[in-house]
Amino acid sequence: MGWGPDAILQEDANFEVRRGDVFAILGGSGCGKSTLLRHLIGLERPLAGRVDIAGLGAPERRVGPPAFGVMFQGGALFGSMTLLQNVALPLEAWTDLEPEAVEAVARARLRLVGLDGYEHHLPAEISGGMKKRAAIARAMALEPELLFLDEPSAGLDPVSAVELDELILTLRRGLGLTVVLVTHELESIDKIVSRCIFLDKESKRIIAEGDPRELRERSDDPRVRNFFHRRSARRSE
Amino acid sequence: MAPPNGPTDFRVERVDYEDGRAVLVFAGALRFAEASLVWADVRELLLDAPPTVRFDLSDVERIDGGCMALLVQLRCELESAGVDAAFEGARGQAAELYELYGGTGRPCLRAPPRRPGLLDQVGRVTLALAGELRAALDFVGALCLSLVRALRAPGSVRWRDLAPLMERAGADGLVIVVLINFLVGFIMGFQGADQLQRFGANVFVADLVGLSVTRELGPLMTAIIVCGRSGASFAAELGTMKVSEEVDALHSMGFDPIRFLVFPRVLALCLALPLLTLIADAVGVVGGLLVGITELQLTVVAYTNETLKALDLLDVFSGVVKSVVFAAAIGLIACQQGLAAEGGAVGVGQRTTSSVVSILFALILIDAGFTVAFYALGV
Repeated sequence: MGWGPDAILQEDANFEVRRGDVFAILGGSGCGKSTLLRHLIGLERPLAGRVDIAGLGAPERRVGPPAFGVMFQGGALFGSMTLLQNVALPLEAWTDLEPEAVEAVARARLRLVGLDGYEHHLPAEISGGMKKRAAIARAMALEPELLFLDEPSAGLDPVSAVELDELILTLRRGLGLTVVLVTHELESIDKIVSRCIFLDKESKRIIAEGDPRELRERSDDPRVRNFFHRRSARRSE
Repeated sequence: MAPPNGPTDFRVERVDYEDGRAVLVFAGALRFAEASLVWADVRELLLDAPPTVRFDLSDVERIDGGCMALLVQLRCELESAGVDAAFEGARGQAAELYELYGGTGRPCLRAPPRRPGLLDQVGRVTLALAGELRAALDFVGALCLSLVRALRAPGSVRWRDLAPLMERAGADGLVIVVLINFLVGFIMGFQGADQLQRFGANVFVADLVGLSVTRELGPLMTAIIVCGRSGASFAAELGTMKVSEEVDALHSMGFDPIRFLVFPRVLALCLALPLLTLIADAVGVVGGLLVGITELQLTVVAYTNETLKALDLLDVFSGVVKSVVFAAAIGLIACQQGLAAEGGAVGVGQRTTSSVVSILFALILIDAGFTVAFYALGV
């Protein structure tokens, strides 16, 4: 599979995500991790081949209730809406719930991600970590089984990043979510990821797949070893 | 051999050997603050371009990153020119920096990017224009599809944004619209008064102001003001949403950005602009009235009667019809440009500028079309 408007970033990107996995797409800068994620959620189309999510088919841009939740790198909350309105938006559009019920569910989602009391704040009034939490709450508004997260820890201070990792683990355990995420944070990979693929920019291929802890210990590919054995900014603090 | 440098605590000397080898012996502390001196000295010592050059760093007590970068760069330049150049004797901190700055690697000079030729530039501009045209056609296609779907399911349009958007586009811009159109009527009155006074036709200034304001200047000036306010604002707002992935988030939640963002904005403008235009017509006439009273000694009643006699309902109506089309053009171009934004703040700025320029051009073009059409229809 290849993609991109002007250049092929990856070819033959075949991999499987199992139900209940916290699955990570790993690789160096510019190897196409986020682009692959955009293909998985249907925002881009591959030049060849197809994305197939079991039971959901090929993701595509369509109007209707989404089959999965997505959290974008910066949160992508709507700046003119409060956190409650942001989370309530998909509920209002795609459920038959009464306004009071919509509000109750939205409040519960915000409470779940630790934003109780911030319902009427605008995104500009909260920190980066809180924005990402609110974005997760919005992504989970319609109770999806599959959650896509683009660089959840990027740009966060170490404490917020650890809290977000714990939140992802809690959601996975408590709600039985399958999570697919793009990250390059070693700390997060160690802590939350159960399986991963490793993309390589030069060969434009997936060069490793499996449990990140096993890859760290046993991979004989120098690119994978270098990635896993570099010093983590978070770890060194 | 070059003499040691004066007040600084570094030295660089050239030693020439019989086998043609030139060794630049560096000593002391090479600091970036004195880099220009080091650079000038070294260049001077290498003016005759010997076939083999060695940079001897064994006597260097301390060197910082900036100076090491310059020496590595010089070595690269020499190697590119066919000189056998290398470092020797680096130790301790100098050796570490030497490694860090790639002193052990191959020559690192890269050819500067080729300056595009004339044909190349013409090709790029043509491709860019074709890309713009394609994006605009894509937008029109998506718009038509969304329009059909919105007609089938009106509830899918985000109506709740309509009132706040109308307030932003209409009520918030009322003061500036009133002020500018009053002045336009005032200026028209003065320009006409000067000419009409010569023929004793003072009262006809009311005809001139009334017709020009209601048929032409009122709708056009109001549209230009709304373009500057709301058009730029919508383009920047949607552009920012696009680059901060909010539009992607809408897609991912199953919303159609055209129904969610574009329709409410276009509709708000289509409702607000005719109202603003009617107000603009009224204050434009008042501007002319002020000139009539103060300069032409006309009474309010006489001026008003002449205005009512000169104006047909069709004159006002034609201006209002124009304003609806202007509003649609402002909204659609602003939204299309905003949704096409890429590349962060710069991209948003470019699209905002582009939207204002395109809207102004479109307004004049539409106005010309209406003028010809009304003339042909005898309106």
